Amino acid sequence: MSLVIITVGLFCVGLYGVLTRRDLVAILASIEVMLGSATLLLVGLAAAGTSVGATEGSVEATGVMVIVLAAAEAAVGLALVISVARRFRTTRVDELTEVKG
Amino acid sequence: MGALLAQGWSVVAVPLVLAVLVAVSGRALGRFTPVPALAAPGFVLAFGVTALLEGSHAVMSAGSVEWLAATGANGLSVGWAIDGLSAVMLVVVGLVASLVVLFSVGYMSGEGGLPRYYAALCLFTAAMSMLVIADGFIGLFIGWELVGACSYLLIGFWFTRPAAASAAVKAFLTTRVGDVGLLLGLAVLWHEVGDLSYAAVFAAAPALSLPVVTAASLLLLVGAIGKSAQFPLQIWLPDAMEGPTPVSALIHAATMVAAGVFLIARSWPLFSLSPDALAVTLVIGGVTAVGAAAAAVAQSDIKKVLAYSTISQLGFMFAALGAGAWGAAMFHLVTHAAFKALLFLGSGSVIHGCGTQELEEMGGLFRKMPITGVTWLIGAGALAGLPPLAGFFSKDEVLHEVLGAGYAWAAILFGASLLTAFYVARTTRLAFFDTYRGGGHPHEGGWSMRLPLLVLAVLAVGMGFAGAWIAQAYGAHHGALDLRVAAGSTVLALAGLLAGWKVAGVDDPAASRAPGLAALMRTGWGADALVDRAVLRPMARISRVLYEGVDRQVVDRVAEGTATVARGVGRALTSLQSGDAQWYATMLGAGAVALLALVSYVGRGL
Repeated sequence: MSLVIITVGLFCVGLYGVLTRRDLVAILASIEVMLGSATLLLVGLAAAGTSVGATEGSVEATGVMVIVLAAAEAAVGLALVISVARRFRTTRVDELTEVKG
Repeated sequence: MGALLAQGWSVVAVPLVLAVLVAVSGRALGRFTPVPALAAPGFVLAFGVTALLEGSHAVMSAGSVEWLAATGANGLSVGWAIDGLSAVMLVVVGLVASLVVLFSVGYMSGEGGLPRYYAALCLFTAAMSMLVIADGFIGLFIGWELVGACSYLLIGFWFTRPAAASAAVKAFLTTRVGDVGLLLGLAVLWHEVGDLSYAAVFAAAPALSLPVVTAASLLLLVGAIGKSAQFPLQIWLPDAMEGPTPVSALIHAATMVAAGVFLIARSWPLFSLSPDALAVTLVIGGVTAVGAAAAAVAQSDIKKVLAYSTISQLGFMFAALGAGAWGAAMFHLVTHAAFKALLFLGSGSVIHGCGTQELEEMGGLFRKMPITGVTWLIGAGALAGLPPLAGFFSKDEVLHEVLGAGYAWAAILFGASLLTAFYVARTTRLAFFDTYRGGGHPHEGGWSMRLPLLVLAVLAVGMGFAGAWIAQAYGAHHGALDLRVAAGSTVLALAGLLAGWKVAGVDDPAASRAPGLAALMRTGWGADALVDRAVLRPMARISRVLYEGVDRQVVDRVAEGTATVARGVGRALTSLQSGDAQWYATMLGAGAVALLALVSYVGRGL
C-alpha cells in the first residue's frame, strides 16, 4: 500500500511541476519524474508479487526498456526545447501563446 | 397505318423529342429552326388524320404503364387510349399548330430567342397531345399542367417587357386556381373509386352517391373554368394577349383554352349524372358568353376584341355542355378553332403590316391587304354566325340545344349572338374599311403568312357542312338544322352587324353618351379592379400582418436569438483558448480526475 502512496505522490509532484513551472526544461524534468513514478509502480508491484501470470523477469525488462526510452525521449525533448529557444528567443511557456484562440 | 396507330405514345414522344432538338440545336439550325418545329405538329396532324380515317369513335389504340407501382395495389396507370374524340382533337391541335408555326416563320422573323419560341411550341404540341390521348385523369392532368406551363412561357416570350412578364404570371396563377379544383376533383374520385383511368371511373360512376358525383363534377368544372377563362376566372385571357399573336391563335384561342370543354366532354359519363353540375355549367357559360361579348364591344385593341370574343365563344360551349349537349359543344369547339385561329392570324397579319394593335390607328386595310381582308371577312362572318359559314352551323346547334334547356338562357345566348355580330362589324369596319388613320405603310406578309390564312378560310367556310361527319367521328348525336333558330340567329346577326357597322362610323358614341359604362366594359366589367380589391389587397394585408407579426416578431427573433446565444457561448469559450499550454494541461488533468471520479462513482457497485 505504501508503494502505491509513494508512487502516486511522486506522480503528483511531477504533474504539479508540469503545471506550475514556467520553464520548458523544468517541465521536461517534471515529465521525467512522472514517467519514473509510473515505472517505479510497475516494478514495485512486480517485486511485491502481485503481477500474476507475467513471465519471470518480463516486468523488470519492461522497466529497463522504459528507462532507455525515457533517455531517448529526453534527448528529443531537449532538442525541441533548443529549437523553440532559437525560434522564439525564450523557453518560458507563458510567453509561448501561438495557439491562442 | 394501323402500325402507326398502335404506337399511340409516339404522338407525344415525337413532338417532345423535336422540342428538345429545337431547343439544343437552335443556334446551329439558324433560319431552318422552323423545319423541325413544323414536323412536330405535322406528325400530330398525320396521326390524328390516320386515327380519324379508322372511322371509329370507340377506343382504337391503347396502352399504359404502371407508374408508382410501389404504392401497392393502387399504382397509377398512365397511358393512352385514342378514340374518336381524341382523334378529332389531335387533328385540331396538329392542324392549327402546323399553320401557326408556318405563320410564325414570317411573323417572328428577325426576333431574338426563336429556338426558345419554337421549342415551346413543340413542347406545347406534345403536352396538348398528351392531354387529349390520355387514358385517365392522371395523364390528362400532366398534359393539363404542361400546356399551362407552355402558355406561361409563351405569354412571357418577350419577358423583358414588364407587361408580358406580369401577364404570364397572372395567367399562370389564375389558371392555377382552377387547377387546384381539378386536383381536388381527382382526389375525390381517387378516394371513391381508387383508380383514375377513365374506364374505371366511368364504370364506377353510376354506383356513386349523387353528392359525391356532384362534388367531383363541380371540382372538375372549376378546373375547366380556370383553363377556359370562364367567369369568374376569365381575367387572365385578355392579358395573355401580351404574347406573340401566333401563340394567341394557337394556345389562347384554338386549343388550350378549349381544353376545359374537352375535359367536360371527356368526363361526360360522370358529369352528366349530376343535374346540379350541369345547371352550374349552363349558368357560367351563359353569363360568360354575354358578359365577355359586351366587353368585346368596347375594346380598342384588336387582339383584346378577339380575346373577349374567345371567352364569349367558350361561354357558348359551356352553355351547350350545361344544356346536356356535349356533341354540340365539341362541334362549336372545332369550328371555333378554325375561324378564331383565322381571325387571330389575320390580326397578326394586320399587326405585322401596320405595326400597331390599336384599332384607332388602322382603317382602310381591305385595299392595302386584300388577302388578309378577304380571309378576315370570312372569319368574321363565321364568328358572327352568317350562313353558310362554319360558325353559323355550330352556333345554331348550340342555340338549339340551349333552347331545349330553357328559354331564359337561350334568350341570353341570343343576346350574346347579337353582341357578337355587333363587335365583329365594329372591329371589321374600324380595321379594314373607311380611310387609313395610321402613319405606317400597311403591307401583306410573305407566303408563309398568307398560306395559313387561306387554309383556315377554306375550313371556316366548309366545315359547317361536315357537322354530321365530325359528330359521327366522336360518336355524338348531330341534330338537323333547326330552321326557326337558324332564321332567328341570322336575323339577329344581320341586325348586330348593321348596328355595329353604323356605330363604328361614328366617333366612339358609347364613350360620349355613357362614359362610365363604356369604361366599365372596356375593363371587362372591372374584373381586374374587383379582383384587386377583393382578393389581392386583402391577401397583401394578411401577408403584411403575418410578416410584421409572425415573421419579424417570432420567426426572426427565434432565428436571431439562436445566433446571439451561439455567439455568446463562443465568446465565453474563447477565453479558455489562452494559448497557454500549461492551462491546457491543467484542464486535461482536471478532466482526467473528473472522469476517474465519475467512473469510480458509477462503477462502485460493480
